[in-house]
Amino acid sequence: MKASTAGWLFAAPALTVIGLFFGLPVVAALALSLTDFDIYALADPGNLRFVGLGNYVGLLQNPLFWKSLGNTLYFVIVGVPLSVAMSLGAALLLHSKVGRLKPFFRTAYFAPVVTTVVAVAVIWRYLFHTRYGLVNWGLSALGIDAIDWLGDPRWAMPTIILFAVWKNFGYNMIIFLAGLQSIPEDLYEAARIDGANTWKQFRHVTLPMLGPVLLLVSILTMAGYFQLFAEPYVMTQGGPLESTKSVLYLMYEEGFKWWNLGNASAVAFLLFLLMVATTSGLLWFARRKGVE
Amino acid sequence: MDPSVRWDDGKSVRLRTTMALRTLLVIAALLTLCVACSRKTDDREVVTFWAMGYEGEVVAQLIPEFERQNPGIRVDLQQLPWLSAHEKLLTAFAGESLPDVSPIGNTWIPEFAALDALEPLDDEIAATPDFDVPDYFPGVWDSGLVDGKIYAVPWYVETRLPFYRTDLLAKAGIATPPRSWEEWRKAMQAVKREVGPERYAILLPLNEFEPLLSLAIQEPDPLLRDGGRYGNFRSAGFKHALGFYKELFDQKLAPVVTNNQISNVWDEFGKGFYSYYISGPWNIAKFKERLPAAQQDDWMTMPLPGPNGPGASLANGTSFVVFRQSRHKAAAWKLIHYLSLPQTQARFHELTGDLPPRRSPWQTPALANDPHAKAFREQLERAVPTPKVPEWERIAQEMRIIGEEVANGRMTVDQAAEEMDRRADRFLEKRRWMLDHAAKAGAP
Repeated sequence: MKASTAGWLFAAPALTVIGLFFGLPVVAALALSLTDFDIYALADPGNLRFVGLGNYVGLLQNPLFWKSLGNTLYFVIVGVPLSVAMSLGAALLLHSKVGRLKPFFRTAYFAPVVTTVVAVAVIWRYLFHTRYGLVNWGLSALGIDAIDWLGDPRWAMPTIILFAVWKNFGYNMIIFLAGLQSIPEDLYEAARIDGANTWKQFRHVTLPMLGPVLLLVSILTMAGYFQLFAEPYVMTQGGPLESTKSVLYLMYEEGFKWWNLGNASAVAFLLFLLMVATTSGLLWFARRKGVE
Repeated sequence: MDPSVRWDDGKSVRLRTTMALRTLLVIAALLTLCVACSRKTDDREVVTFWAMGYEGEVVAQLIPEFERQNPGIRVDLQQLPWLSAHEKLLTAFAGESLPDVSPIGNTWIPEFAALDALEPLDDEIAATPDFDVPDYFPGVWDSGLVDGKIYAVPWYVETRLPFYRTDLLAKAGIATPPRSWEEWRKAMQAVKREVGPERYAILLPLNEFEPLLSLAIQEPDPLLRDGGRYGNFRSAGFKHALGFYKELFDQKLAPVVTNNQISNVWDEFGKGFYSYYISGPWNIAKFKERLPAAQQDDWMTMPLPGPNGPGASLANGTSFVVFRQSRHKAAAWKLIHYLSLPQTQARFHELTGDLPPRRSPWQTPALANDPHAKAFREQLERAVPTPKVPEWERIAQEMRIIGEEVANGRMTVDQAAEEMDRRADRFLEKRRWMLDHAAKAGAP
């Protein structure tokens, strides 16, 4: 038996499972996105029309799609760097030699990750309540006027971003912490002997050594943040004025609320293409920088 | 090896043995029970009954009496949450595992009729002499009628109308409830002058389409035209209603908020943040429960004012349907018949506070003497169904979105009406194609 045949044989079970439970549904969804599958088609397959790229064209002409795409990009562009920076900052604090009560803070920072988004959203809605919220109460002590955090279309997305970052940064923090702990201490020692201050040590030792971890965390966070759904669903239901409606939210409504599965599949594919493009872009950038 | 691990293992083995023994015993006991119960129920016909939400829990108390009256039938009641009910029903339809009978939302009836999932009930009704159709509120009964066939029998109804603060209105000098929009506007302006800039006259939550729809449906113009082929939102009637709605926000009579920002609508109503609140009958019980005893005399309900006095009103609620796939249609009808009896309906109102869709249960003291229910009784006589197209819910949601834009001053009434028509026409495209297709096939 040739070595390559044996290799294929060993891989076959896994490949079959992937093909059956991933490849097939993807192909089916692609096929579905070329039709106008809806409840009428559910009643009688004779009502199914092949529309080619009609769903995609329709979406690109739908202002709500562009709006939700804009909202999603806003969320990703502001949220991902903020989330990564927060995680890295928290990890650095926890890793610092002068830190106290580290196990306590590590648990406290990680706690939001394991809480239920629905339960936490209820608390956040009260925190950010215009008239009774703790946040506005604190701001008023500083002489700042009350802000309608979840009701003002300009503030709703920043609030959602804050919520998502707070909810998720603990997870990346743990990954960063592991990365930081694997940086050999002698590198810092050598840097100190060369006269590097704390900032220079961070810039020229910590960051380069964290490169692969940073790349991993960025890709994971970005992929996750593109799929924004639960936070606006529980906090604002996509409002006010559709300012927190994400692409995935649009897909959910098209597919599961209105049963336009053809349209929903098209949304899913457009989001998929967008995510593939950005992730490849990030990988390309990392490779150019020499981080693998 | 660490001794503690060994000790732990020993304990867990012991534990597992006792657990296994216990499980076996339980299984044995269950098996004996099951043999006993199956022997008893083998010959009874089983009717599967899906019921949603709180009503689904409460209706369980009415079933034993039905089973006593019909010894040959056993009701298999399955409760679903409202949130996933629509999806579950559609999935069950696709998988041919629908129940025999279920109360579904009135706006879903045209959709399931379009799916050909429902069994017409005309014959059953005709064969049941004591089934008193004229006793039903005409508009409510009409929601179950699609293309001349009766597909649904109403179970309980809701219509939206204003709850109001009698004390605050008296303070503002309003003695009698307004009947027309003109009077109502003046009343709200008086309230606003009284309560000042921090508080409002009315709450119209922007995350609900019902307040705007309740206003729009009072206009004589239909919301869709040409047999539900196109939107009719450019009609003078809809523009008039939308104009009134917009004015309430423009004049700061209503706050530009959703229910999310209010957090607790009952509490804020008690605090006088708004004096009118358009909502449905379930809030009668809620206000009785949530407002302090000292405030119980300070609130009332009133029929929704119309453009020139009260007009048609919204008839929502749920209705029983029998699914076409069912193999127990006669038994399912018996269950519907029993749950629709005036005395069952009166008992159901006692248990839930839901409003009956027919007039006779309203004569029972519980309903006839309830001052808060009176306005609902009056308004139900004028109830009309919403347009009977499967796409209606989606169009109504779009109406909410556009209404929010208008309330925020981002669209004028004319722009909004045009945009509504554009969107409705887009949603109805498939329906037009279907109707044309059917017309062509029907006329060879």
